Amino acid sequence: MAHVDPNADLSADAAQAAGSEEQRRSRGPWVRAALQLLRRPKAVFGITVIVLLYGGGILAPLLAPYGFDDQDLLAAREGPSAEHLLGTDFVGRDVLSRVIYSLRTNLIVTATAVATGSLALGITLGLMAGYFGKRVDTVVMRVGEVFLAFPGLLLVILLAATVRPRVLDWVRSLEDATGIYGLAQWGIADYLVVFGALAVFSWVGVARLVRGQVIQLKAMPFVEASRTTGATAPRLILRHLLPNALPPVIVVVTMGMGAIAGAEVVLSWLGIGIQHPVPSLGSMIREGQDVSILRNQPHLILPPVVVVGLLVFAWNLLGDALNDVLNPRAR
Amino acid sequence: MPTFVVRRLLWLPVLLVIVSFVTFVLGHYGPGDPAEVRLGERATPEAVALVREQLGLDRPFFVQYGSYLADVVRGDLGDSFSYRGRTVAELILPRMWVSVQLGLAAMLLAVSIGIPLGLIAAYQQGRWLDTALVSLTLFFLSTPVFISAPFLILLFAVQFGLLPVSGWDGLFSLSIVMPALVMGLPGVAGVVRLTRASAIDVLGQDYVRTARAKGLNEATVQMRHVLRNALTPLITVLGLSLATLVEGAFITETIFGIPGIGKLAVESIFSRDYPVIMALVLIVASAFVFANMVVDLLYGFIDPRTRQELGAYGAR
Repeated sequence: MAHVDPNADLSADAAQAAGSEEQRRSRGPWVRAALQLLRRPKAVFGITVIVLLYGGGILAPLLAPYGFDDQDLLAAREGPSAEHLLGTDFVGRDVLSRVIYSLRTNLIVTATAVATGSLALGITLGLMAGYFGKRVDTVVMRVGEVFLAFPGLLLVILLAATVRPRVLDWVRSLEDATGIYGLAQWGIADYLVVFGALAVFSWVGVARLVRGQVIQLKAMPFVEASRTTGATAPRLILRHLLPNALPPVIVVVTMGMGAIAGAEVVLSWLGIGIQHPVPSLGSMIREGQDVSILRNQPHLILPPVVVVGLLVFAWNLLGDALNDVLNPRAR
Repeated sequence: MPTFVVRRLLWLPVLLVIVSFVTFVLGHYGPGDPAEVRLGERATPEAVALVREQLGLDRPFFVQYGSYLADVVRGDLGDSFSYRGRTVAELILPRMWVSVQLGLAAMLLAVSIGIPLGLIAAYQQGRWLDTALVSLTLFFLSTPVFISAPFLILLFAVQFGLLPVSGWDGLFSLSIVMPALVMGLPGVAGVVRLTRASAIDVLGQDYVRTARAKGLNEATVQMRHVLRNALTPLITVLGLSLATLVEGAFITETIFGIPGIGKLAVESIFSRDYPVIMALVLIVASAFVFANMVVDLLYGFIDPRTRQELGAYGAR
């Protein structure tokens, strides 16, 4: 399995004594992995596409030629032109601008869901289950199994459908209490519901993976050595177990990014994710998905479809490349 | 019976109860009062209270859960909000059969194309054919259903007029081709990747070298030692692909107008028909639990090494 640096502790302690030379070496394996990654065309392609698409999303207010909700009813359903590079939709909104803003929406949802679900929940619970074992382990793994028993998308749909009205109420009362209005209108509630639901379901895989890694690592001599020299539990976990358990986690999380980004699109396509007027690639695809539109106005459906496809493909390529680099046994 | 079987079987009802409880809680605290829905918008509070009493909605929470469980066990899943006078079971049963047929067709496609391609990729490991196959599968895995579907419709139905745009005429008709293809392609990709990885792993094992070294002919080595061991992990695909198929069914059935449970689910979400959504979650979740258990048990019988772990946590 992947042991980044069995001597991490030794070299780190030495680094404190010996200075920058040793410090550089203790960063070694990660830098080496990054360099290896950048030599792979699929990784470079994936990273480029992701940076371009999400970069465009972050800079949406600067890049988009129009606002996402600016209607020009006189110019509705127009094909691509100099004013509207990708044409306009049925109420005259600029398709290009809507795609760019949709990417921002997707980035916010994906990043939050991954940060809270896969990373925070998944790694913490996995570390606890693996390190403490016994009861903690049983409880975490059983709960995980229950989550896995549910058809993810269907339960997310049920959650989103039943919880949304309550979250909306809550956001409205928050508005009243704080005097900050516009939260509900801005779609804060939708974001909360969607990434909450996605996060709840994405932690199990990562937790199981981390648990397995930690159990293997706990038996390694370097961990035992550190324990005998009096290392405390937090030090053992943060300094030895976590860094060495990370490489496969990075692979799995990256491979899952495309799925989470796609899940936002599916939920919005179903009409229970991001709601009007906040733009989402899913709702754009739904609006443009009709045989007559396909035939006569393909500029309405092609941009969101191509962007979603590219985005998911890019994440999968990057995950595949990371797998080659960080998990040599699989190759 | 071996211990691991007993353990798995004991865990099954526990999971099912948890699944039904979560579903009930969501439905209970979700929006939409069944009494108000029955009487319509303009009902008086007294009438609503009366119907609530008749439906037993004024009883304590756990009493309601108990009667819900008892109803479910008897096959009574409640009444639909939006289809007046129809029970949920009436709505779901015929549609479920349609979805099962479509799912089987897609799974058959995935296995019958995926395994040969995966083996080819493994034998050609590192050569151009392998690279091409791996990239292609990654591409298909990255293509959500609602992206491939419009393209296929545009090509086969609108341009060439070979296949019907939508509809459903049963398992043996042209109308199943596109939906099965759309749902099966990600499955094909998954099977190819899994077969390839597992075959490469097996080909590098010592016992394969031993088999060759002791003079077995190549055909026997391949059939007895490589294939048998390489295809074992594919059993997990049975369980995993059920998840993919259910999720694919929502969109595929909606786009192609197929009267299955996926389309019913999407319609129910839009019409806020909570009894139907709850019933579907319950049914699909139970199917998941059963499928996973069957996979775990099969795995335990085929590969005794996994038994101990299986007793504890399952194969995934």
